[in-house]
Amino acid sequence: MLRVQDLRFAYGPSPVLTGVTLDVAGGELCGLFGPNGCGKTTLFRCCLGLLEYQAGALTIDGLEVRRLDPRRLAGLVAYVPQEHRPPFPFLVKDIVLMGRTPHLTWFGRARRRDKQVVLETLEKVGILDLADRPYNELSGGQRQLALIARAVAQEAPLILLDEPTSGLDFSNQVRIWQILQSLAKTGTAVFACSHDPNHVAWFCDKVVAMNHAGVVAGGHPDEVMTESVLDRIYAGSCTVHSVAGVTTVLPRQVLGPEHQQRFGPVT
Amino acid sequence: MAHNVEPSDALDPAVDTVFSLRSRLGLLAALAAGLVAASAAALAMGAYRLSVADVWATVLARLGLIGEVLPASRLHDTVVWNMRLPRIIMAITVGAALSSSGAVFQGCFRNPLVEPYILGVSSGAAFGAALGIIYPWFPLSVQLSAFVFAALAVTTVYLLARVRGEPAIVTLVLAGVIVGAVFSAGVSMLTYLATNVQMREIVFWLMGGFYFSTWRDVAIATPLVALGVGGMYANGWTLNVLSMGDQEARSLGVHPEKIRRLLVVLATLVTAATVSSVGVIAWVGLMMPHAARLLVGPDNRFVIPCAVLLGSIYLVLCDTLARTLTASEIPVGIITSLLGAPYLAYLLRSRTRGLFG
Repeated sequence: MLRVQDLRFAYGPSPVLTGVTLDVAGGELCGLFGPNGCGKTTLFRCCLGLLEYQAGALTIDGLEVRRLDPRRLAGLVAYVPQEHRPPFPFLVKDIVLMGRTPHLTWFGRARRRDKQVVLETLEKVGILDLADRPYNELSGGQRQLALIARAVAQEAPLILLDEPTSGLDFSNQVRIWQILQSLAKTGTAVFACSHDPNHVAWFCDKVVAMNHAGVVAGGHPDEVMTESVLDRIYAGSCTVHSVAGVTTVLPRQVLGPEHQQRFGPVT
Repeated sequence: MAHNVEPSDALDPAVDTVFSLRSRLGLLAALAAGLVAASAAALAMGAYRLSVADVWATVLARLGLIGEVLPASRLHDTVVWNMRLPRIIMAITVGAALSSSGAVFQGCFRNPLVEPYILGVSSGAAFGAALGIIYPWFPLSVQLSAFVFAALAVTTVYLLARVRGEPAIVTLVLAGVIVGAVFSAGVSMLTYLATNVQMREIVFWLMGGFYFSTWRDVAIATPLVALGVGGMYANGWTLNVLSMGDQEARSLGVHPEKIRRLLVVLATLVTAATVSSVGVIAWVGLMMPHAARLLVGPDNRFVIPCAVLLGSIYLVLCDTLARTLTASEIPVGIITSLLGAPYLAYLLRSRTRGLFG
């Protein structure tokens, strides 16, 4: 669905993306993780047509993103920003109806089908009871769910999420990832970036790890979540263990000295 | 492939109730009726006492429906048809223009405290008007000169803010402040150079009012405003999306720069058209969108028509007060400010969270 090949982007003279290659297939929940400033956001902005990349190819459903106008692009890719507070207190149902914008007829008239999709999406995400509440007054987790519902209502084959769980409590984080998993099961390609290596290891079908030099590794979480990959991203601060059969990334500092031998004692 | 939500029957009846527009449409109809009533009352009120029946007879005669303009009712005809009616229509036009462009500027700039004069329209118009008042040899009439300089001011703001590609909101606002300062200094300079009579005229113009409104003003401003307001209303939903921020608007299929440029041009056009014919009338463009949001919520498909009706009613009422409160006329801008400031203070104290949160 999303195919990125040797993508290059620079803000003026300073290069950010130096040949990024990855792809996300339909029905796949793909997690992207890497340190601050490694170009995750820039990559997303290129995918959304917000930045124009200088070289390489970026296609969604076989169409070059650079050549698409916003309306066409919105039919191909939906975007979930980090939860925010817009200046006007729109109701949740109106926020989600905004996802239908690329489908609306002239003058933004919503047809019956658009309204149906909104209600069904709200039900699917589990916030139908919030439909008539002002978005601004919701909790962070509820706002994030409303934004996910908006993207789902857009009915695009690819959904990008910018750190969908940042600022949420633990149970909401798990809830969001589960919703993303079920979303991928319906055939949508879901591409989410996260700062938590465990989240991507636990919930994603596929993981892409990036550092400042570009993509370090990509593939099944068990292949990517290794100490050698994490060392290249977080400079030796992590260790990978199996907890109850689940691959888990732990900070080296929380472990006893017997686990730190490879790097010697931490000073 | 594309992820599709299958329509389920369970939610079908809910579609009508959840998305019901009935209460909001009813409210708009009530406001429209209120506007008609306020205009009719304004037509009967004024220094020259007339009964509602006299007014009615005069209007019907003029429209050629019943009776004709008899010599005995000539005076009625002059008062109602040539003095009060164009004034009332201008008040409606200006109210509609300032309120709708206020709503549009607030949405475009994602700030509920923005008013239509933010990009320097008023200071440009004031400078143009002062120029026309002081130098009678100036080739443009006071009105046209005001319009030209209003347009010039906004164009300068736009070009100044345009560093690379389309300007960002902060740069636009800053450029508005800069250009506004230059033109305000120009107005001060011209006021300083003016004779006493001219100075009085400039000050009077700056305070805004409908004293000189004629059918000619109506003929020029009203169609222009109707067109601009129609254009803004048609983009109500897009404005909703735009108010979520450029990045999100784009990801929802709206070209933010293009739409903002279109809306800002329309809003500036109608503001300039009204400022140049009636001067600067403060507060209407800031207050009415707020009041509309209190009544119909933040959806601009309803905020714009609601603000248009509220603004029209408000200015018709304020102008009637201006005409009737004292023996000589009070500039309507003073009344709108006197009533507007307490209103905003009330909002600030009571509804801050819902409106600004």
